Amino acid sequence: MTQNWIEVGRTEDIPYLGSRVVKTGGTDIAVFKTSTGDIFALEDKCPHKQGPLSQGIVHGKSVSCPLHNWNISLESGEALAPDSGCAHLIPVQIKGGKIYLTLPAQSKATGTNG
Amino acid sequence: MKKKLVIIGNGMAGMRALEELLRIAPDEYDVTVFGAEPHVNYNRIMLSPVLAGEQKFDDIIINDKAWYDDNNITLFTGEKITSINRPNKTIISNKDRITPYDSLWIATGSDPFIIPVPGKNLEGVVTFRDIKDVDEMVEASKNYKNAVVIGGGLLGLEAAYGLKRNGMNVTVIHLADTLMERQLDEAAGYLLKSDLESRDIKILTEANTKELIGEDRVQAVRLADDTLIPADIVVMAVGIRPSIALAKEADLDCNRGIVVNDHLQTSDPDIFAVGECVEHREQIYGLVAPLYEMGRALAGFMAGHNTSYKGSVTSTKLKVTGVELFSAGDFSGGEGTEDIVLRDARRGVYKRLVIKDDRIIGAVLYGDVVDGPWYFQLLKDKDKIDDIRDHLIFGQSLAMGGASVDPLAAVTALPLEAEICGCNGITKGAIITGITENGLTSLDEVRAHTKASASCGSCTHLVEQVMELTLGDSYETPAATPICSCTDHTHDDVRRLILLNSLKEIPAVMQDLQWKTPNGCSKCRPALNYYLIAAWPGEYKDDYQSRYINERAHANIQKDGTYSVIPRMWGGLTNPKELRAIADVADKYNIPTVKVTGGQRIDLLGIKKEDLPGVWRDLNAAGMVSGHAYGKSLRTVKTCVGQEWCRFGTQMSLSMGIELEKMTWGSWTPHKFKMAVSGCPRNCAEATIKDFGVVAVDSGWELHVGGNGGMHVRACDLLCKVETDQEVKDYAAAFMQLYREEGHYLERTAPWVERVGLDSIKQRVVDDADNRRQLTERFHISQQTSQDDPWAERATHNVHAHEFKPLAEVG
Ligand code: SRM
Ligand SMILES: Cc1cc2nc3c(=O)[nH]c(=O)nc-3n(C[C@H](O)[C@H](O)[C@H](O)COP(=O)(O)OP(=O)(O)OC[C@H]3O[C@@H](n4cnc5c(N)ncnc54)[C@H](O)[C@@H]3O)c2cc1C
Ligand code: SF4
Ligand code: FES
Repeated sequence: MTQNWIEVGRTEDIPYLGSRVVKTGGTDIAVFKTSTGDIFALEDKCPHKQGPLSQGIVHGKSVSCPLHNWNISLESGEALAPDSGCAHLIPVQIKGGKIYLTLPAQSKATGTNG
Repeated sequence: MKKKLVIIGNGMAGMRALEELLRIAPDEYDVTVFGAEPHVNYNRIMLSPVLAGEQKFDDIIINDKAWYDDNNITLFTGEKITSINRPNKTIISNKDRITPYDSLWIATGSDPFIIPVPGKNLEGVVTFRDIKDVDEMVEASKNYKNAVVIGGGLLGLEAAYGLKRNGMNVTVIHLADTLMERQLDEAAGYLLKSDLESRDIKILTEANTKELIGEDRVQAVRLADDTLIPADIVVMAVGIRPSIALAKEADLDCNRGIVVNDHLQTSDPDIFAVGECVEHREQIYGLVAPLYEMGRALAGFMAGHNTSYKGSVTSTKLKVTGVELFSAGDFSGGEGTEDIVLRDARRGVYKRLVIKDDRIIGAVLYGDVVDGPWYFQLLKDKDKIDDIRDHLIFGQSLAMGGASVDPLAAVTALPLEAEICGCNGITKGAIITGITENGLTSLDEVRAHTKASASCGSCTHLVEQVMELTLGDSYETPAATPICSCTDHTHDDVRRLILLNSLKEIPAVMQDLQWKTPNGCSKCRPALNYYLIAAWPGEYKDDYQSRYINERAHANIQKDGTYSVIPRMWGGLTNPKELRAIADVADKYNIPTVKVTGGQRIDLLGIKKEDLPGVWRDLNAAGMVSGHAYGKSLRTVKTCVGQEWCRFGTQMSLSMGIELEKMTWGSWTPHKFKMAVSGCPRNCAEATIKDFGVVAVDSGWELHVGGNGGMHVRACDLLCKVETDQEVKDYAAAFMQLYREEGHYLERTAPWVERVGLDSIKQRVVDDADNRRQLTERFHISQQTSQDDPWAERATHNVHAHEFKPLAEVG
């Protein structure tokens, strides 16, 4: 991976089966925590109509979009059948309880979306 | 003068035969019925679900008192016939009543067999035959812990399951080495045993009861090998014997049962017998399907047709929720027979067909029983199966050509004369005709008109498929659908089990009810969260991660990810101070849109999530609280100006609306709940399309329920009329509480009222004053802990602060 790991907070700052938002200059990032404490991050933008995935319900290793209930895999960003599409996956590293992300290169370039 | 028909026995066979007779010859007989039980005719089969708490006695009544009255039937309940005087053609009851007959039907059913062991008369030793037995078991389960069921047949296992559902430790003692050995072979018996054991029911096979031990009440069961099993209640379910004492004493021909010919006539041509007490062609029967066939033949004969009964082939199912088994015919094997077997250990599926001379003579299915009716039909019709033999075991859709994924394929392929409902002998053709001729659209209507699935209900799914086939897309299968794919349980099951098993957290529910996913999905978790809130008010800790974003953030999410905020405006009434505060907030936070809603209040749209606590703080400061415009909860109470101002107003509708809103705000409900109060029948507040609508009239208030103005407009039903303001509030609370306790999550009151029926709601909210009081009381108890303004908690008490702040800002 790249060297640009940015610390965004601690794992305990995110509720189990919940998520928090990291604001960037471009598209926000949603950081999720599953029931087993695994942390995942996706661009906060549903492949369907740009719904903010951070506001959805987390279950297993997926999140249901708050707007029209598409299910998005936290591991791949792919929408689960019967829907299709992909939310951009953000690499995550955990060290000593701290969460590090690398920002997607294009998010700054393209600016806000939706 | 009409001929006198007298019936001894007010049970399933006698009354069904009578129904048939009344249908084809309504005026021919003057009918008198004697029943030893102190009840009207009820569905004995359904005692098992009653015991399991899945149904109530009222639900299983087949014919209520009105039916007897409407048909001019003289009914004596709680009165037993003690002898038949054939020379005088009279019968005599235990109350010394002498009743003359021209024709007599004996429909006395069976008596449960009591094994003659020491201690059999102790208190706590019961059988499983009538509602009295069920009451005794339910009562025992409230005071005692240990239950033993003697007998691992159909009845015994249903009793064991029911007692377990009532929270008892249950042990089944069975003499043979496999359960239900008369209906199941060893393999299926084994699967059944492990299924029941996994439900924490202990099974002892090859166990012989030696004695029952106790002083007054039974305390333990001793087996032949001297094992002692603690028992506070012992259910004897070892078999039944046709009840023939009366017939025998009257010198009618009896063997194991009362011997009848093909017209159900006994050795006395004026006396007939029908039901379990009968022996026909050396056969006795213990299931309703053959008894109903007898009933049809008997009724036809009595109406002057030459109908006759030729005997029946029977099939068996077990009414234990989640256990799927089917058996029919002869599967003992033996000379000249061949077996076709399929096993799928992982799915717990076992299927066996016994073939003789290219015909199916027996079938045992476990775990996957969808093809049961098809095999049963082939068996009864004695159809040759040689050309489909290779695929036979894989089921109808494969055997009849190609692996079809259409779930309706199996039903589509059934011939019109195929029997769908075994209990009532209803064919596919009869259901289709019933639907098309009477324009039936719901399962309940189909049950009422055709009787299909109206008895034990195990064919419900098939009946629904026939409906789907007939009605096309306009029919959606409603019953028994699980909440979502994470579980096999229905909403009703889950609600009941939460209470029964005292489940108080979402993980406990998922564990106990064997959820198939680690933490559910966005469909079931919000439902479970609501059910727990409703079940354990004040005790359950709301799980916000199981709420939709609107309820988690206490605002409505918009398509661009911003939020809208609607403060409460009690009864639609506002004032300059509130309006000023709303205007100030809109300015301060640059809120782009301010709109008057369809619910008589003001919506502030386009607020950034981070700004929500600030907006709320300012609105709180002006005395405004959350309007719950986002919640499955009380929404608005619309009003008209009413008597306060209007020249037509007959009551104070505005203040009534405000009082109702103050009483009910903050309550969570299965879906949103809206009210309205109009000051006169001109109904300017549109109260008759609300969940609870109140319309003033000169003498008081009319209460309307179950209305909906959404996608499918439904006008309310009139619940009742009341006189005082207090009654309006009490009825509103009671109605709302009943809906809270019984509605499926995301089911508005309109479909709920249609599902359970207005009558059932009226009965519990209007007719039964005591029940109404209890509902009202429970509503108020729950309100004690739900009327904290969620906005204030978040704006000033920092509840869920993380929800409104970004984790970080970078880049
Ligand atoms: C704001 C409002 C429209 C308006 O600008 O007037 C509105 C807005 C929404 N309605 Fe409504 N309904 C509004 C009054 C109504 C009314 C009129 C009424 O209450 O008298 C109805 C018909 C009456 C009824 O419910 O029977 C109504 C029937 C619906 C339905 C259909 C419900 C149904 O059972 O068929 C939905 C969809 C749903 O709930 O699943 C819905 C859903 C929605 C949602 C929540 C859609 C959504 O999921 O985002 C909208 C939220 C907008 C927002 O974020 O604020 N809204 N909605 C009204 C808010 C009233 C209030 O003060 O709280
Ligand atoms: C718990 C349970 C579950 C069952 N489950 C199923 C099932 O899933 N499927 C199925 O097909 N069958 C089932 N059965 C069997 C089915 O209920 C019986 O086959 C059916 O009720 C028999 O009908 P009947 O009219 O012959 O007898 P009953 O329904 O027993 O009616 C006889 C009536 O006659 C009355 N009586 C008797 N003697 C006198 C007298 N001297 N004077 C006045 N009245 C008298 C009795 O009190 C009784 O009410 C079940 C039975 C039980 C107990
Ligand atoms: S009718 Fe209701 S749900 Fe539809 S667009 Fe208008 S506010 Fe939204
Ligand atoms: S925007 Fe996510 S499902 Fe529509």
